[in-house]
Amino acid sequence: MTAPVKALRDSGIILWRQLIQLPRIPEVLIFALIQPVMFVLLFRYVFGGAIATPGESYVNYLMPGIFAQTVAFGAVASGIGLAEDLRRGIIDRFRSLPMARSAVIVGRTVSDLVRNFAVVMVMYVVGILVGFRPEGSVGAQVLAFLLLLLTSFAFSWIGVVIALSMKTVEAVQSAGFIWLFPLTFASSAFVPTDTMPGWLQAFADNQPFTIVVNAVRALFLDLPVGNYVWLTLAWMIGITAVMVPLATRQYRRRSG
Amino acid sequence: MPVDTPAPHAIEAHGLRKAFGKTQALDGVDLTVTRGMVYGLLGPNGAGKSTVVRVLATLLRPDSGTATVDGLDVVRDAKAVRTHIGLAGQYAAVDEYLTGRENLVMFGMLSGLTRGRAKARATDLLEQFDLVDAADRPSKGYSGGMRRRLDLAASLASRPPVLFLDEPTTGLDPRSRLTMWGVIQGLVHDGTTVLLTTQYLEEADRLAQRIAVIDRGRVIAEGTPAELKARVGGEGLEVAVVDPADLGAVRAIVAAHASDEVFVDAERRRVRAAVSDGARALAAVAGAIAEAGITTEDVGLHRPTLDEVFLALTGRPVTEDEASDDDGAASGDGEPGGPGGPT
Repeated sequence: MTAPVKALRDSGIILWRQLIQLPRIPEVLIFALIQPVMFVLLFRYVFGGAIATPGESYVNYLMPGIFAQTVAFGAVASGIGLAEDLRRGIIDRFRSLPMARSAVIVGRTVSDLVRNFAVVMVMYVVGILVGFRPEGSVGAQVLAFLLLLLTSFAFSWIGVVIALSMKTVEAVQSAGFIWLFPLTFASSAFVPTDTMPGWLQAFADNQPFTIVVNAVRALFLDLPVGNYVWLTLAWMIGITAVMVPLATRQYRRRSG
Repeated sequence: MPVDTPAPHAIEAHGLRKAFGKTQALDGVDLTVTRGMVYGLLGPNGAGKSTVVRVLATLLRPDSGTATVDGLDVVRDAKAVRTHIGLAGQYAAVDEYLTGRENLVMFGMLSGLTRGRAKARATDLLEQFDLVDAADRPSKGYSGGMRRRLDLAASLASRPPVLFLDEPTTGLDPRSRLTMWGVIQGLVHDGTTVLLTTQYLEEADRLAQRIAVIDRGRVIAEGTPAELKARVGGEGLEVAVVDPADLGAVRAIVAAHASDEVFVDAERRRVRAAVSDGARALAAVAGAIAEAGITTEDVGLHRPTLDEVFLALTGRPVTEDEASDDDGAASGDGEPGGPGGPT
């Protein structure tokens, strides 16, 4: 077996493991759903009335932001899952086996992709229930989902790098969330950025999360897309390209 | 894989050193393990046992020194080494959400077996390790002993010629420990070379043909269990007679059950010898002495604890927390504190 084929096969075995786990740890899936549902309810019914979104109903404005936030927060689950494996020692066993080094992380990030896809689909239905009315064509909406999945994948790798740099599961949990709050809130996900002070707006308008939100929002709502799709592709592929070798190197060196 | 050019020894290590921060976990460890034997690494918490295993299992690079497994260098040929070894340990590192069978299939496939062969092997291992009834339940619900057996079975998925068992019975209740000992003894018949670490002298004594006592990252004594016990001097059967004239007769009785030389201490009117099956020897010797009508002051068995071995070898008692963060780099919490050992 050549090295790439072996890496693919081993990643597939780890993916199989992760997918078997999924229904057996229902709390992970339930938590992954409760959080975005809470956000939808809070913003739709509590804050939404006070937020002006010219030209769009607030719920239409909100839901693409929720989708993007959901996949971004998936990074925390990726990190915690890996940290748990490290703590339990199963990673030691994997590392003592003649398996591809990348497989443990690739299998996990791909399985997180599957989980995030399921969660986003459920959130789409939740959105419809609270009044979300996407106007984009089917093709545009499919493209929006693909961009969300790419974002999910890139963010999972960030979560993995965080997990591999921390010593305890608790640290991974805290460190995993901390950077996500400013990133997702100082963005166009929940409010238009033009109400923010100038310095913050400069950050919010140009940071990658806003770019993802703007791309998927334009695709779902049939708005002018501009360069956002290309920028999203560039950002997410760029993040993945940096994180994958970083994570693989850390995995190899971990405990060495 | 140079399978058909067998190296003379299953494991060889020379001058292994490894430091974690200021802690010198390994301070020049030499080991030679002959093929097909169970070799015991005996020492207290934090002595460096697990670090030795982690270096040999390619999980950790030594700072200096060399080691080979089946003739393959653990640093240079790490990839090849991994096809020759199995690793099982105190952390029972199986996936708790997967069933026993799923775990074995997964580890088998990751060891290079095809899906079909991994499944067949899993069925065999479940049978061999008495896990058939629990095979299709998630291992989360297993008892500690069952989990250890599954952990051991997982390390055997690809029939590795060299097996590392890192404290296989630490934390187990006495009954599960006995079961585990039986399982490990069974492996030897397959010709597997086993490197076993333990805090329990009794365990090393029971399972290993040779033992290295390790302390503060160094091997401080090495030999067969009988040799080590002779050095410690405590283990064995001791008879104290009332009349010194009986010493000769008692010596003959004890010699019939001794596993080694019989010592006579005329001044204190005592006969002492190492015995392999203590309880049985004690009963037999006591019976024979009574039959011969000899009056004794005391007939007893003296089993040295690890503390006594340590005291004898190092001149200081075992302390629990010296170098407590040894081996903690990956697992976070090092070796859990255990009791002094079964007596």
